[in-house]
Amino acid sequence: MTEIWDGLTRAIELLVSLDPEVMEIAGRSLIIGGTSCLLASLICLPLASLIHFNKFRGKRALISTIQTLFAMPTVLIGLFVLVLFSRTGPLGLFGMLFTPPVMVIGQILLISPLLLGFTISALSGVSREIVDTATSLGASSFQTVWLVLREARYAVLAAVIMGFARAISEVGCAMMVGGNIKGATRVMTTAIALEASKGDIALAIALGIILLFVALIINIALNRLQQR
Amino acid sequence: MALIEVAEVTHKYDGRPVLQNINLNVDRGDVLALIGPTGAGKTTLLRIVDLLEVPGTGEIYFDGIRIPQSGKQRLEIRRRISFIHQKPQVFNLSVYDNVACGLRWRGVEKNRIAGKVDHTLEMVGLEGYRNRNARTLSGGEAQRVALARSLVLEPEVLLLDEPTANLDPVSTTKIEQLISHIARQRNTTMIMATHVMSQGQQLADRIGVLLGGKLVQTGNATDIFHSPQNEQVAHLVGMENILEGIIATNDEGIATVNIDSNAIQAVSSYPVGKEVYACIKPEDITLALSCTRSSARNSFRAKITRVTFIGPLSRVEIDCDLRLVALVTKISAEELNLQAGMEVYAAFKATAVHIMEREIGQ
Repeated sequence: MTEIWDGLTRAIELLVSLDPEVMEIAGRSLIIGGTSCLLASLICLPLASLIHFNKFRGKRALISTIQTLFAMPTVLIGLFVLVLFSRTGPLGLFGMLFTPPVMVIGQILLISPLLLGFTISALSGVSREIVDTATSLGASSFQTVWLVLREARYAVLAAVIMGFARAISEVGCAMMVGGNIKGATRVMTTAIALEASKGDIALAIALGIILLFVALIINIALNRLQQR
Repeated sequence: MALIEVAEVTHKYDGRPVLQNINLNVDRGDVLALIGPTGAGKTTLLRIVDLLEVPGTGEIYFDGIRIPQSGKQRLEIRRRISFIHQKPQVFNLSVYDNVACGLRWRGVEKNRIAGKVDHTLEMVGLEGYRNRNARTLSGGEAQRVALARSLVLEPEVLLLDEPTANLDPVSTTKIEQLISHIARQRNTTMIMATHVMSQGQQLADRIGVLLGGKLVQTGNATDIFHSPQNEQVAHLVGMENILEGIIATNDEGIATVNIDSNAIQAVSSYPVGKEVYACIKPEDITLALSCTRSSARNSFRAKITRVTFIGPLSRVEIDCDLRLVALVTKISAEELNLQAGMEVYAAFKATAVHIMEREIGQ
């Protein structure tokens, strides 16, 4: 019980004093998670539109597969990326293992099913009549897709938030392909895991609180954005 | 040359035919009303004309150009047409952005858009709603946004699907006034689907009757309303008195039609023995308390069975062996003190009776 209390006070101390190491780790988490989320959105939003607006064989099966991949364990993604980028792996020559870019790649793979699935369901929420109305008013296919994405903006934004949340909170992939190298690839989740195993429960809790705090700030900001 | 030509269009939804061999020409500047009950295929026909759907078989020609099944030309032609759908679907954007979107999609310059949008909003009476989110509007207001969104594009063809369905009478009048204003002022070609007969009569130059996916009759309002081609059309245009009979005599175009044990005089060229329907519009039947001499060839003593009021009119059901419905103004109903159980004289002219063939197997 005292550990939780210690953790809370430590967290406040670290936050108020803007502890450089904590700030660095939190910043890295944000940058890596944010980059993953941004790149994944850039890939998944158009791809989801493409899947949603086209009729093709196996569409239902594809969507079911995407939804199944929501449950993809982070360590499995980590393993996959590790094999891919390890020195003997097919992409080993880039020597990217244990660097932030490879962590971003892992996280993109991890959150893409989530972003795709939820964007598709967001687009499905826009009625057929809206699409017809846009077409009738002379929108090209591309203009129609853009309009429908805008119509579904709240739900699409929710999908993006969810993607970001999963990216910033995952530990398995970041640990396996990032390696938790101090000053290079250490992020909040891997730091928590490390501190906890070292026995510094208070610091681990402090970092956990900061992580949740960051998530809260981002959610508030995005909600503000939505209401405009 | 017709601006829009629908040639032998047949269309199915899931194997169920919704349009059967439709042939229709609409000239530039024409206002055509498509009337028919729900499910007759009006919306589908409009969707095909708007190039939202490719007909199962048949062709659409626009301004003499045969419409391809896909591609850029379809978009270009669609941009000359605007379709106002039945349920107004406003986008979750401001009223201004809703109205501006069609212009933006056509790449119109920003400063020209503002002028056009403001002008159109004024025209539909929504100038104070510029920055409101369109989703917060009432049904009538949303319908006006939908109308403005189409009108701002100054389309060559305006397609309207039940433009006043689910609207209150005031909004309906406003929309109808706008439509007729546009038709007159801009000479816009229009096709309007409606199940409100009076709307077709009031706004259109020409009426097409769509029944069960078939275009059964086209003509001007007088043709359709006075000489419906068959029983279904007669019902549709509000012909309340449709009586089954047989031509008993025909003396140079004045026929006697036997209906049960009664006989009525009608103008018809059908030969003796022909099975027919005799149709009399309720407003063509006059009621009087005494048997006055009039030019009406048909006069019956009748008993009133029911009187109901519909707005400024009274609907009087009478029984003179024939069961008939007459429409009289409320004032004359009050003057004559028409009540159920009263005896009156009902009269109608031979020319007021529309005779149509009874189709075998109906």
